[in-house]
Amino acid sequence: MAKQSNEQVSITRSDVEHVAMLARLALTPDEVGEFAEQLTAILGHATDISSLDLDGVPTTAHPLPVTNVLREDVIGPSLDRDEVLAAAPSAEEGRFRVPRIMGEA
Amino acid sequence: MRSAVEIAAAVRSGERTARSVAEEHLATIASREGEIHAFNHVTADAALAQADAVDAKVARGEDPGPLAGVPVALKDNLCTRGVPTTCSSRILDGWLPPYNATVVERVTAAGGVAVGKTNLDEFAMGSSTENSAFGPTLNPLDLSRVPGGSSGGSAAAVAARFAPLSLGSDTGGSIRQPASFCGVVGVKPTYGVVSRYGLIAFASSLDQIGPFAATVNDAALLLDVISGHDRMDSTSIAASPTALLNDGTDVAGLRVGLVTELTDVEGIDPEVRAAVERAASALEAQGAIVERISVPSCIYGLSAYYLIAPAEASSNLARYDGVRYGLRVDGDDVYEMNSATRDAGFGAEVKRRIMLGTYALSAGFYDAYYAQAQRVRTLIIRDFAAAYERFDVLLSPTTPTTAFKFGAKTEDPFSMYLSDICTIASNLAGHPAMSIPFGLGSDAMPIGVQVLAPALGESVMFRVARAIEAAGGVA
Repeated sequence: MAKQSNEQVSITRSDVEHVAMLARLALTPDEVGEFAEQLTAILGHATDISSLDLDGVPTTAHPLPVTNVLREDVIGPSLDRDEVLAAAPSAEEGRFRVPRIMGEA
Repeated sequence: MRSAVEIAAAVRSGERTARSVAEEHLATIASREGEIHAFNHVTADAALAQADAVDAKVARGEDPGPLAGVPVALKDNLCTRGVPTTCSSRILDGWLPPYNATVVERVTAAGGVAVGKTNLDEFAMGSSTENSAFGPTLNPLDLSRVPGGSSGGSAAAVAARFAPLSLGSDTGGSIRQPASFCGVVGVKPTYGVVSRYGLIAFASSLDQIGPFAATVNDAALLLDVISGHDRMDSTSIAASPTALLNDGTDVAGLRVGLVTELTDVEGIDPEVRAAVERAASALEAQGAIVERISVPSCIYGLSAYYLIAPAEASSNLARYDGVRYGLRVDGDDVYEMNSATRDAGFGAEVKRRIMLGTYALSAGFYDAYYAQAQRVRTLIIRDFAAAYERFDVLLSPTTPTTAFKFGAKTEDPFSMYLSDICTIASNLAGHPAMSIPFGLGSDAMPIGVQVLAPALGESVMFRVARAIEAAGGVA
């Protein structure tokens, strides 16, 4: 397992652009520079834990000893479709309307 | 007659009408809301209609419930049907939820009167309300200072007597820190005790709804009403603390541990430390046994939190895509529309956390950051378990300092994150904790003392809180 150790973390502009693409954020060039600097600083503080040797310590995803919560499959009321669609930026024929998803030939 | 307990008793007995209570509080709001900005939205007409419904029940001889006629302010990340719910974000500006959060249903079913939606740091990310897209809330005790955050509007609403009760949410201290800054009581219950159905998600393994109040017993009244299992929230638990109201002040023989990592460290204002020590002495004088205790992994809480919470937020906030609700900025295809919408709709701190979280979860970094933070979380839970073998409750400051001035921490995001240093560990462990006002600093601003308890330890936590409240906090 590769640890980040105490090496200086450095987030570049191209790292920020890649993460922004993953996160669907159209950042301005100014924001890209600002985030590169701030993420470098914030992740720099996290080296106190990234350098800890915690092999064998299990991860905790949430604090409850509860898994696989199931309920009876009974029919109950649900949200009104027209009321839900009324909140959408664009809707048509009972469905959400979006711009094209795939390139057209 | 000021407390929620007194108001409810007077309305139930017919001594006062819920309408007169609502009118009195709406008048207070009208007189000071302009300078404080506790609310994003005041629901005056709906409040009067709810109050009239309570009065009609009393007139028919029915019991309107334990919150009869008590005005309650709701953090604006709790869904309210047909009432704007924004999370103080442009991306939800104008959205009208098609359903109520379970806590909203429970408050109104208990006779509570919702007076409005309170301001917060956008999507509850922040410690001052300076990240609200609609402008900050001002601290009612000193308008040059922040009210804390993220639930700053809910804390200010109680401090300004706009409502005797309010609801907030606490992911890393967002109830306790503003309670401390505004001189009110704030409670983060055990994870799972209060249903989060209809709470707009920030970090799902940490978020918990809880009450603000002027007194410990008022906070108990509201927590009694909102706690309990809800089939609409699969993380809500069956076993809930109940009947916290009037549940005693006896601390004789209780073992109280003062957490050194949260109290005796650099950055904790000496006045704040002195107040916590006075609270410990007051408990000792009432028969408790107080000792210092080390919870070593607490020092890693901040780093773990600022990886886990943004990671979860980056996933939760993926839903704001311009498709189903809220803002849409047009683009030639879905990718461009999504990206332009999110860039225009989110503020700087929300983008920063989404970026941080996405990075921490991305290929090549997941194990070093996110998984490592989850291992630290295990250490914190183990250390607390060891501490609670020796102690019934733990004690610490709620915040390192009293309320700071506007702009003091906006330039350096990390300095703002340090505001949460004493509160974060409870969220990581899923444990309850609460802040009780205890004395003033030399700046005349309130200091908060934090009581921490093991999971489902609300009863003993409230008893200790009452004993601290009774001691008064004067130096």
